[in-house]
Amino acid sequence: MESWRKSPRAWALSMLAPGMWLALFFLAPLSLLWLISFGVKTGITSIDIDWTLANYARAAQPLYLAIFLKSLWIAAATTTICLIIALPVALVISFAPQQLRAWLLLLMILPFWTNLLIRTYALIAVLRGSGHVNSVLGWLWQLPDGLLAMIGLGGHHLMGAQFTPLEILYTDGAVVIGLIYVHLPFMVLPLYAALNSMDRSLIEASLDLGAGHVRTFFFIVIPLALPGIISGVILTFIPALGSYLTPDLLGGPGSQMIANVIERQFKAANDWPFGAALSFLLMYAAFFGLALRGLADRRAAQPGGAW
Amino acid sequence: MRILFRRARPGPLEYHRRWPLRLVMAAALLFLYAPLVALMAFSFNDSRRNIVWHGFTLKYYEKLFANTELMLAFANSLTIALCSTLISIILGLSAAYGLWRFRFPGRTLYQSVMAMPIVIPEICMGVAMMAFMARTGWPQDLVWPFNLGAIIIAHSAFSFPFAAIVIQARLESFNRELADCAQNLGAGEFRVFCDIILPHLRPAIVAGGLLTFTLSLDDFVITFFTSGPDSVTFPVKIYSMVRFSVTPEVNAASTLLIVITVALTALALRLQQRAAAGVPAQ
Repeated sequence: MESWRKSPRAWALSMLAPGMWLALFFLAPLSLLWLISFGVKTGITSIDIDWTLANYARAAQPLYLAIFLKSLWIAAATTTICLIIALPVALVISFAPQQLRAWLLLLMILPFWTNLLIRTYALIAVLRGSGHVNSVLGWLWQLPDGLLAMIGLGGHHLMGAQFTPLEILYTDGAVVIGLIYVHLPFMVLPLYAALNSMDRSLIEASLDLGAGHVRTFFFIVIPLALPGIISGVILTFIPALGSYLTPDLLGGPGSQMIANVIERQFKAANDWPFGAALSFLLMYAAFFGLALRGLADRRAAQPGGAW
Repeated sequence: MRILFRRARPGPLEYHRRWPLRLVMAAALLFLYAPLVALMAFSFNDSRRNIVWHGFTLKYYEKLFANTELMLAFANSLTIALCSTLISIILGLSAAYGLWRFRFPGRTLYQSVMAMPIVIPEICMGVAMMAFMARTGWPQDLVWPFNLGAIIIAHSAFSFPFAAIVIQARLESFNRELADCAQNLGAGEFRVFCDIILPHLRPAIVAGGLLTFTLSLDDFVITFFTSGPDSVTFPVKIYSMVRFSVTPEVNAASTLLIVITVALTALALRLQQRAAAGVPAQ
């Protein structure tokens, strides 16, 4: 690397345009949003910036606090279930032979590259009242009756008169399923990276010394993979917390998350200052998570700083 | 019996051959793919009810191509993706090059600001752009390609850092001595960049371009906040259709978009693998 003073013209030429673009179309909009979050609505479109904290105070009202807590809870549930699914999956991928490993990784990443909206829509068709899950369940439901009819005992409706479809869509459960569906690759990839770089002789040593596979998994593999687990948890939690589309399409009126409230403030409710304050609270939460991840990475990188 | 159980028991570290782990893996893949496969399959189903198979048809694709609003939205999406890809490549290339070549005060700051669009929640970026366009009085009713300006700007702002990352990774494998050689032999700075560095970066530029193209084509949340009534994109249009109901037309439109993005991504991954492996671009 050379000092920028050696050829200031080339330096300016290369750094100026992207810098200007970032300043003008990224930092300026964010700063404007930040200013608006301290403003007061004085008309339909006019906002006075008078450095009030009322918008942030309003976010602490029970109604919004409940939505914040609900978002945290949904994101936490998503992250936990993702972790439980992703650990065995990452284990299989990292211990598979080279050729198979590349294919399994690709299979995990591929859905990530299809449109978020389309993946969510695909889940609607699966989960709705007359969807695929319910039609399979309904078919299973009729199975015992059909078997009884074959031996001449039909018509008793052993399982109740009729199959009532499960209400899955438009519940919190549907939102969690949708978020797992979208965020599973975010969890699998860092776990895979951690497991892949692990010293396998430690596992062998543990097995040789008489520990079973389960014990080895919990006392050797998990502690060694901890930096990857922390990375995965944060990489899943942050986007899950700020997700808009999944709760909007799969959730019911009661499963709104922060992003849905923000959207409403900017569109239907037309209360930009409050929406801006909520956006910044969400952003601070995201930055907090990223800072934690940076800290975890640094500790993992230190020699002797293992967890 | 020997034939049935021909394969030996899995060895101690062959976790990929243990059945409980295989079961979880298979279930995860089923969970990831079954909804998408069902979605694509039912776009060819000859029945409005999206649940029972009635026979193969292409009529929803015919309807799709006859739907002028949807096709206009598709044209908008492609135009936006193309423009923001061009802008992203230029900005990403120059940022990656500058950061690779120069040491200057504020370099770390520059790099972390550039990483911000990747990490902040999409919704925040979306509403910030919406507020920005409204406050600066961004003209609303321009003629066709220009009414997409706001979306193109928003897309380039979040996608050029991705292009920069891909190009930066490729620059790592560049041998600086080659540039010094060329300079010693009398090539000017511009000439070195065009004749020595740019050819080396070509696979990364193509991969980064395809990546930003798919990012732009796929984006919903940020577009949702920056699009006006006459600048609807394909995902935004699909969203308004999805809100009404599950119909085979939406399945057909989704299938189209899935095929396009998967094809582009596969191409990008291949090129990036080649770029990372350091194979010279030919």
